[in-house]
Amino acid sequence: MSIPGPLVLLVEDELAMRRFLRTALEAEGYGCVEATTAREGLAHAAGHNPALVLLDLGLPDADGLDVTRRLREWSQVPVIVLSARGHEGDKVAALDAGADDYLTKPFGTGELLARVRVALRHAARAKGEPEAAEFRNGMLRVDRLRRQVFVDDREVRLTPTEYTLLGVLCRHAGKVLTHRQLLKEVWGPGRVTQTHQLRVYMAQLRQKLERDPARPALLRTEPGVGYRMVDPGA
Amino acid sequence: MTRPGRPDPDALLARIAPAEASATPRGRLKVFVGASPGVGKTFTMLEHARQKRAEGIDVLVGIVETHGRADTARLLDGLEVLRRRALPHRGTVLEEFDLDAALARRPGLLLVDELAHTNAPGSRHARRWQDVEELLAAGIDVCSTLNVQHLESLNDVVARITGVTVRETVPDAVLDAADEVELVDVTPEVLEQRLREGKVYLPAQAERALERFFRRPNLVALRELALRRTAERVDVQLRGERAASGATGPWEAAERLLVAIGPDDDAARLVRAARRLAGSLRAPWTALYVEEPGHATLPAARRELAQDALRLAEELGGAAATVPGHDAADEIAAWAGQHNVTRVLVGGRRAGWLGGPWPQPMAQRLAARAPALDVLRVGGDAAPSPPPAHRTAPFRLRPWLVAAGTIAACTAGALPFRGTLAEIDAAMLYLLAVVLVALREGRGPSAFAAALAVAAFDLAFVQPYGTFSVDDVRFLFTFAMMFGIALALAGLATRVREQADAARQRERRTAALYAMSRDLAAARSRPELARAMLRHLHDLFGGGITLLLPDAEGRLDVVAERPVGGHEAKDLGVARWVFERGEPAGTGTDTLPQAGALYLPLATADRRLGVVGLRPEPADRFDDLAQRRLAGAMLDQVAIALERTALADEKRQVHLEYEAERLRSSLLGSLSHDLRTPLAAVEGAASALLTGGARVPEPRRRELAETIVGEAHRMTRLVTNLLDMVRLESGAIAPARQWHVLEEVVGAALGRVESALTGREVTVSLPPDLPLVPIDDVLIGQVLINLLENAARHTPEGTPIAICATAGAGEVEVTVADRGPGVPAAEREAIFEKFHRAAGGAGGTGLGLAICRGIVTAHGGRIRVEPRDGGGAAFRFTLPMVGTPPVTEPEPA
Repeated sequence: MSIPGPLVLLVEDELAMRRFLRTALEAEGYGCVEATTAREGLAHAAGHNPALVLLDLGLPDADGLDVTRRLREWSQVPVIVLSARGHEGDKVAALDAGADDYLTKPFGTGELLARVRVALRHAARAKGEPEAAEFRNGMLRVDRLRRQVFVDDREVRLTPTEYTLLGVLCRHAGKVLTHRQLLKEVWGPGRVTQTHQLRVYMAQLRQKLERDPARPALLRTEPGVGYRMVDPGA
Repeated sequence: MTRPGRPDPDALLARIAPAEASATPRGRLKVFVGASPGVGKTFTMLEHARQKRAEGIDVLVGIVETHGRADTARLLDGLEVLRRRALPHRGTVLEEFDLDAALARRPGLLLVDELAHTNAPGSRHARRWQDVEELLAAGIDVCSTLNVQHLESLNDVVARITGVTVRETVPDAVLDAADEVELVDVTPEVLEQRLREGKVYLPAQAERALERFFRRPNLVALRELALRRTAERVDVQLRGERAASGATGPWEAAERLLVAIGPDDDAARLVRAARRLAGSLRAPWTALYVEEPGHATLPAARRELAQDALRLAEELGGAAATVPGHDAADEIAAWAGQHNVTRVLVGGRRAGWLGGPWPQPMAQRLAARAPALDVLRVGGDAAPSPPPAHRTAPFRLRPWLVAAGTIAACTAGALPFRGTLAEIDAAMLYLLAVVLVALREGRGPSAFAAALAVAAFDLAFVQPYGTFSVDDVRFLFTFAMMFGIALALAGLATRVREQADAARQRERRTAALYAMSRDLAAARSRPELARAMLRHLHDLFGGGITLLLPDAEGRLDVVAERPVGGHEAKDLGVARWVFERGEPAGTGTDTLPQAGALYLPLATADRRLGVVGLRPEPADRFDDLAQRRLAGAMLDQVAIALERTALADEKRQVHLEYEAERLRSSLLGSLSHDLRTPLAAVEGAASALLTGGARVPEPRRRELAETIVGEAHRMTRLVTNLLDMVRLESGAIAPARQWHVLEEVVGAALGRVESALTGREVTVSLPPDLPLVPIDDVLIGQVLINLLENAARHTPEGTPIAICATAGAGEVEVTVADRGPGVPAAEREAIFEKFHRAAGGAGGTGLGLAICRGIVTAHGGRIRVEPRDGGGAAFRFTLPMVGTPPVTEPEPA
């Protein structure tokens, strides 16, 4: 490894997990800093200026949610939270508090690296690159200038709301978006509890864009959390 | 086969039983008995207490009246005295013995003077002896004092000797149950001396009466009574000792005593006499009242005399019984025969207490019917005192008007036909009218009607018309005959009516009891039971009813009431006391009579079940023994029904525990196998990698790593399932329902099991108009995942899987169908049980379908498996459409 890759901060109290994460990340050329407590994690985040933070939600000294909030007070570093299954509420709270993505334990190396890549790419884009005029993802093509949507080069007519919704999903392609985040961006802050409305529009979008809406290739559901546009780079 | 001289085991058990019955041993009661005030009972008690304290016993003076006597007060010096409780009463403050403080203090020996004392209003019990009972039950030893004239059974004897009626009486049972009785005796001479010296306390207002009381002959007689009563007790003790030592005595041939009472003021005296005789004979005894046909029409006051006497019998430790019958002597003889009665006590004043047609006294009639019985006639007072005035039934005018009206109508109706009717026809018509009145209005009015009939007949149908004079003197004879016949007919008709009334009343009681037991038997749960009970008790007794049952922690609380809100919160303490002690309290009893209702315990032989509060309408309804009996019988039914549900609950609980136990062992079996196997593989593979290092060739290394990943994955699934199951069963998972698009939930599930379904055709057919469904998407997603994984595991590779849904009435049904071997009919229910695995199952956890059922059930739906047309299995589950679907705003395209 001649050129050290981006630095990843691991905030995780379990030694076995840290070992696994470090091994997997270093094998891909990332640099690693480890922290076992929330306090240490915040200190390292300030001291090492990492490119990405992997944050366990079940830390001994503080709630992972608090760590996310504290981080977001001064840093836009992408944060991926790690949590056990069955704690969808915690994940949603962390995402709403500013985390970029989540991983459900147990997870494999492949899944971990894919999420890390997406998060880093989004962080790079957020640094000021303007949005490309055209978005492509598999069979889907969105012409942002003309506000036209094509599936397999056949134009699909969307309602304004559907188009806005699709636009938000495309802008964050590969990243999970919570119901709250989507509702806020598309319908405005006053309607964040009307999740059924969102579901109905997602179903309509799938009907129009997916070959088999019951087995979506583009618009994935994250049960209990939100939706994710499949990563075009994957 | 009991050998002679050996103690009868039953008798021995009977002696042990009271001691074992309660967890806390009962306290010991010592009573200092005296013949009259002034003999020195309190003094002796205090001396006894000092001696006990010298022996190191924790002595507490609960309440002692020194009445200003210096030598008595001196004995109190150095003894701990309990503070009295102040009870405000009508502007003044009464000081009373503080029962609760004494119970809380728990001394080794408590002194409570004056057993016969009546407590101030507002105390828990009406009488101090009841306080003492509660103290004894709480395991506290008590010393008390009692004058012999306060004993219930001697009450009338004392009254006759001294001319002073004592109102404060103590049931004989209290003294009989005392562990120790000490007679404090002084000669009348000494007592007179003390009186002269002013050493005997006399309440000022009662001085004159008490002067009469303290005359020499009275004192002698009272002393004799006290000595005899104490000797009687010694006798009872002796008998107890003999029974314990196994000696037999001449009294083994058991005596049984019956006292026959009538509805008169002699009844109470008879009952007391019976108690005294039974006491000296040591025989069980019963007071019997025969409800003769005329009972129903007796004045209420007379009926109550009989009821009071029966109640007195129960209070004095005897039994009470009421039987209906035509002839009292027949019934008494029959009852005596059935119950092995050896002696019968009867009153002597009247032949038949209803003034019946029998010429002989009851004693002779009984002797004629049952020659083997000893019949004892108890002499009566010379002149019966009239029953208390307030008890006479109110006079009702209406029956008399009806009588007069009937005769008048009869006259008016027959008058136009005077020319054609013979006198005899008119007379018959009047007789008919009298019978009609008798059938409807009873004795008095029918006699009145008979007299009116004769007069009207004379006026209207016997010449000369319009006057009472008669032409033909023979008519005078006719009038006499007519009046006699009318009276006799009226008597017969009245009796028929009374018997019918009595039968109807009994019938109603029986019917009510039957209806209630039928409803109670049909009730399957406590709420149903409570409803049935409230309805029936209300129908029968009116007024308010409250049912209080203990909750899981054993705390009594109101579970049902009628009318709602009728129960007064302050009464809860009364109800709890009743529940604790198993004795009635509240209105109409001597315990906590200020309560808003009568509280009766619901209990069976070995279980306290609850309390019923009754506010009868009218309030004095339960003064009637028959009503109390009926209420008692109904409450017994309720208690039995409650016990039945309690037993059923317990049975269910035991079954649950058994199931849980069975499950635990199968869980352990499953766990040890399913967790150890992958762990062994992981550990083995990892250590092989560790020790082998670089010497392990690359393909082997990869194999080992794959083993670790695969086995870990298997364990993850098992642990996840186990945790889900535990959380489902503990109720930790409550579905967070939201309105979902089913297609999306299916899609997410399919995404999760993608790898397991590789190479299979999966068709999803959901109707386009399928409504939003109210479900927890994560949980229902789990159901779909489990079903899909099962399908993948149990069907041949490459066979298709179909998912479809249909909207039905109020629910949506989802089906996951495969083309595998199907599920055998015998397994279709069992596969949803925990740890049930299909024969030759391919590595499932045995939990997947159990979790599915748990989740679907939590959603209010059902899950089942059916054979699929054309082969395979179809797992179907329903999702009920609870709530109102939200409106989604349409948008122009």
